[in-house]
Amino acid sequence: MLIDWFTVCAQVINFLILVWLMKRSLYKPILSAIETREKKIATEIAAADAKKVDAQREHDEFQHKNEEFDKKRAALMTKAHGDAKAERERLLGEARTAADELTAKRKESLRAESIKINEALSSRARQEVFAVTRKALADLATTSLEERMGEVFTRRLLELDAKAKEAIGEALKTAGSPTVIRSAFDLPDQERTAIQNAVNETFSTSVDLRFEASPALISGIELSVNGQKVSWSIDDYLTSLEKDVDELLTAKKSPEPAKIAKPTKTAKLTKAAKNAKTAKAASK
Amino acid sequence: MRLSADGLIFWQHGILKLNGTIVFSWAIMLVLVLGSLLVTRRLSTSLQPARWQSLLEIVVTTIERQIEDVGLRNPRKYLPFLGTLFLFVATASLFTVIPGYEPPTGSLSTTAALALCVFVAVPLFGIEDRGFGGYVKSYLEPTVIMLPFNIISELSRTLALAVRLFGNMMSGAMIISILLTITPFIFPVVMTLLGLLTGMVQAYIFTILAAVYIAAATSSRKAKKPPNGAATPSPVPAT
Repeated sequence: MLIDWFTVCAQVINFLILVWLMKRSLYKPILSAIETREKKIATEIAAADAKKVDAQREHDEFQHKNEEFDKKRAALMTKAHGDAKAERERLLGEARTAADELTAKRKESLRAESIKINEALSSRARQEVFAVTRKALADLATTSLEERMGEVFTRRLLELDAKAKEAIGEALKTAGSPTVIRSAFDLPDQERTAIQNAVNETFSTSVDLRFEASPALISGIELSVNGQKVSWSIDDYLTSLEKDVDELLTAKKSPEPAKIAKPTKTAKLTKAAKNAKTAKAASK
Repeated sequence: MRLSADGLIFWQHGILKLNGTIVFSWAIMLVLVLGSLLVTRRLSTSLQPARWQSLLEIVVTTIERQIEDVGLRNPRKYLPFLGTLFLFVATASLFTVIPGYEPPTGSLSTTAALALCVFVAVPLFGIEDRGFGGYVKSYLEPTVIMLPFNIISELSRTLALAVRLFGNMMSGAMIISILLTITPFIFPVVMTLLGLLTGMVQAYIFTILAAVYIAAATSSRKAKKPPNGAATPSPVPAT
């Protein structure tokens, strides 16, 4: 017989016992351990996921902050550039103004110096010119010239206008001392007589005249009484010319000299030339 | 000549006896239980378990997955029964490499006992799952005429389970013993290796068939589709 029923029963019992034992010793603990591990892994995965989410959030936050920082930095840079540009413009402006001021000062200083040098030169030149002229005329002055001057003086006396005649006449009448006739050289008697006659004729009275020699006149004759004076001398012309030149130079020093002084200068020069011509004619 | 370990009697008193089948079965039980206790005594829940723990975890989870693939929805409920069935048959085959050992599964008594267990377990699981009425009704499907055929089917498949395992294991041991007398060198080793493979296959077939029967008895058979078609309940292999 292949089947032993006692063995069958025993094996059934054995198997059931084995099932029970294996359930307790193998399946339960193993499955429990697997479950625990799976839970652990799930927890760790969840924690990792949470950390990942946190990290992502922090990453996003950081990125956001970075972007904000970049924007702020760009804004600050733009502002700084603008400020720097404005400051540069301001400094450049100041420097330009300072440079302009310095240039203006320098120009002014140069102009003043130039004017000063011009003045010195012109003054010196004028002095030299007049000294030379004075010397030349003094050298040229002779007795015959004095005689000729006497004639001119006499004619001038005769040609005096009524108002001048009256003024001088009054002065002659009121004068206590004799009237002085000054000349550069001593006049000859003939000339003295002619002048005496001319005075007497002009003022219709006998005037007591006293003749004096005065080299300062250079060449000429002068009658002066109580502040009234009738004269003709080169010194007069020179003094008049000098006065005109002085006026011309003074006009040049004024703030707007060029526009206003130019015609004046021409006029003055014309006047000075005229005076010189007259003097030249008189000397002839 | 002994066909199985049943003939190896160690002790007998009346009908009570202690034969080789029972003794070797105890030995297998002892090894399995002690081994499990040793490994599960210090179970680690860390991510790197010990080697033996890993091996047992692989074995248990593989069996669980196979049960699930057959179509049982709650594999953990059937794991102790089906898992122990597989481990017992597999270990019984594996120990054939030990000289003097005779597999208890080579005895028709043992295989009949295992088939009886399956025969009882199937209706028990079916009634638990569908209720007594629901389970009994399944014998009347598709028509009442099918009732005797269904009952015959239940009995015959149980008989088939027992005989298939017995035949395979017995024949394997028999061939090796015969070969030892004819060609004592090398060839029996090859046959032993082949026997190991056959034993594993038989353990797998026995367990899967039991799972299929249980799945057929429970309502899950209707609702469950075989995943990927891999573990489709197949006709009984004619091995």
